[in-house]
Amino acid sequence: MGRVVLVTGVARQLAGRLVRRILRDPSVERVIGVDAVAPVHPLGGAEFLQADIRHLAIARVLAETGVDTVVHMDVNSTPPGRRGSRTAVKETNVIGTMQLLGACQKAPRVQRLVVKSSTGVYGSAPRDPAVFGEDTPPKSLPSGGFAKDVVEAEGYVRGFARRRPDVAVCVLRFANVLGPCADSPLAEYFSLPVLPTVLGYDPRLQFVHEEDALAALLIAASAPRPGTLNSGTFNIAGDGVLLLSQTARRLGRPTLPLLLPTVTWAGAALRAVGVTDFSPEQIRLLTHGRVVRTTQMRETLGFEPRYTTAETFAEFARSRGPGLLPPESLARTVDRFADVLSARPAQ
Amino acid sequence: MADAKVIPFGEDPRARRTARRPVNGTAVPLTPVPEARTGDRPRPAPPAARGGRSLDERLAGGLRFLRRRLTGEYEVDDFGYDEELTDQVLMSLLRPLAEKYFRVDVRGVENIPAEGGALVVANHSGTLPLDGLMLQTAIHDHHPAERHLRFLAADLVFVLPVVSALARKAGHTLACAEDAQQLLERGEVVGVMPEGFKGIGKPFADRYKLQRFGRGGFVSTALRAGVPIVPCSIVGAEEIYPMIGNARTLARVLGLPYFPLTPTFPWLGPVGALPLPTKWTIQFGEPIATDGYPPEAADDPMLMFNLTDQVRETIQHTLYKLLVQRRSVFF
Repeated sequence: MGRVVLVTGVARQLAGRLVRRILRDPSVERVIGVDAVAPVHPLGGAEFLQADIRHLAIARVLAETGVDTVVHMDVNSTPPGRRGSRTAVKETNVIGTMQLLGACQKAPRVQRLVVKSSTGVYGSAPRDPAVFGEDTPPKSLPSGGFAKDVVEAEGYVRGFARRRPDVAVCVLRFANVLGPCADSPLAEYFSLPVLPTVLGYDPRLQFVHEEDALAALLIAASAPRPGTLNSGTFNIAGDGVLLLSQTARRLGRPTLPLLLPTVTWAGAALRAVGVTDFSPEQIRLLTHGRVVRTTQMRETLGFEPRYTTAETFAEFARSRGPGLLPPESLARTVDRFADVLSARPAQ
Repeated sequence: MADAKVIPFGEDPRARRTARRPVNGTAVPLTPVPEARTGDRPRPAPPAARGGRSLDERLAGGLRFLRRRLTGEYEVDDFGYDEELTDQVLMSLLRPLAEKYFRVDVRGVENIPAEGGALVVANHSGTLPLDGLMLQTAIHDHHPAERHLRFLAADLVFVLPVVSALARKAGHTLACAEDAQQLLERGEVVGVMPEGFKGIGKPFADRYKLQRFGRGGFVSTALRAGVPIVPCSIVGAEEIYPMIGNARTLARVLGLPYFPLTPTFPWLGPVGALPLPTKWTIQFGEPIATDGYPPEAADDPMLMFNLTDQVRETIQHTLYKLLVQRRSVFF
């Protein structure tokens, strides 16, 4: 008998693609997608069950279908679609995780739990070490927003792992996921024509490609390959680092440095207009940056990302179209200037 | 922790100047300090003949640099260190300050290994951390392998705007065991000034008296990474801003560890913020090997205290020795 996999939050792009990817695994018999709203994208041969993970119904789903692998993807920073409140998202993140874990605890067939988390759990503060390892305690815990949801959700997951030691629990902390169809707040930020930045700070950013995120989730959701261990907490990020100034130049978008208090106001204004989610934690990330160590990902999880941070960003930049100052035309201007200079008659 | 044994010299500069006559015979032998090579050793020419290239070549190089910067096609490492920017811009800005203004005399730079990790431990002084920048410039310009120093800086540096961005690009990172360990394991030369704010913000009357060396965490980090510790003594930085007072209330309001009052600052405004053009000497001592200890030695507090003391004494002895040799503060 093959495995039965349950994926939450399938109305989102990434989870939908994960479902289609899991279906290709010959050892998997059934894939069940769960979300409160019906997905607009096709789920391949997977079954879709409309259920809200914040309610007890999820326990019945788990018991009736005999699920053995649960992939919890419904931990998100933004509401689905354009409307939806932050409160609902927070409830899904925290209460949904609690309910789902409670249901898993009652389901004896569950053997494996994979949780999509974020490197946001480390926060972003000037007094933190430059590179976070999985065991680095954050100097200042995130005070609110998505990062706090993730910290709380991870806390419940740790509690679950203690109560059900027979279940393999894998928490994947993803750096900022970018890709051609990413809809994260950071992707929205990079789509602004002029990028507001914090004056005097140049944060280090790390990205992970959607493909790599899916590949890592697949490794975590299947039986461990020989010599690797896929339970535990892992940072998932592409190699290398880009500075915010570098990303703006590569995108060809001018930056608008603002004083830190002004940025907070501007963020509130932009949020009110609904242009982008400029939450305080987002501003902190764009002030102090965040870089994680990925040694565990390579050595224990046995996962090698295909895209580096720079390659991920290049792909993302291609999908967004040229900005106001395309790097190609800047380079051409400099080259033309160089030609003019070298064409001067030699003295 | 016992204070380091130091040779008591006169407290005021006048007494120090007269003490240039042979030191009385009872002085403790200054074994760990290598003999100062007085500056007639040929200095390695600062980076590949800047003036040697033709104007056109330099212009073309400059345009290539501009092209890379404008299009963002350059690399930074995990700590945000931008080697190209540091070499081409930041070092060129600091070099005149080191060579023309402070006339830094660099001695014993070969004590830093040409490859592999090393921990440079130096004294800290001067109200503003110019000594760190000069040390970085000195190692880059004078070391045969042009090594880059990765400084461990105070957390205040990374709170301040502009300063934090520049510090990261120049290769500095937060002084914490995690960052230090990772840099040392990568084989970088890491610089640390364990006196911290106690050293840089001490009153002028306490100049060249080493303060407590924190908790000696730098020693256990070096031990874990198995890299040598290179003691370094900097003379001249103490007098650039003679701190005769500390406006504590103002410092607390501004969130700073101290607010210096010098004979010129803040009375003369921005002019008063100019450092005095003192003559500097940077002396690197013999490296102290740490690879002979077993890995568990890093958790042995007695060994840590002893090694910390050894490093501290070496730096203090060298400081006094250099002060005796010094002709005057400004020449």
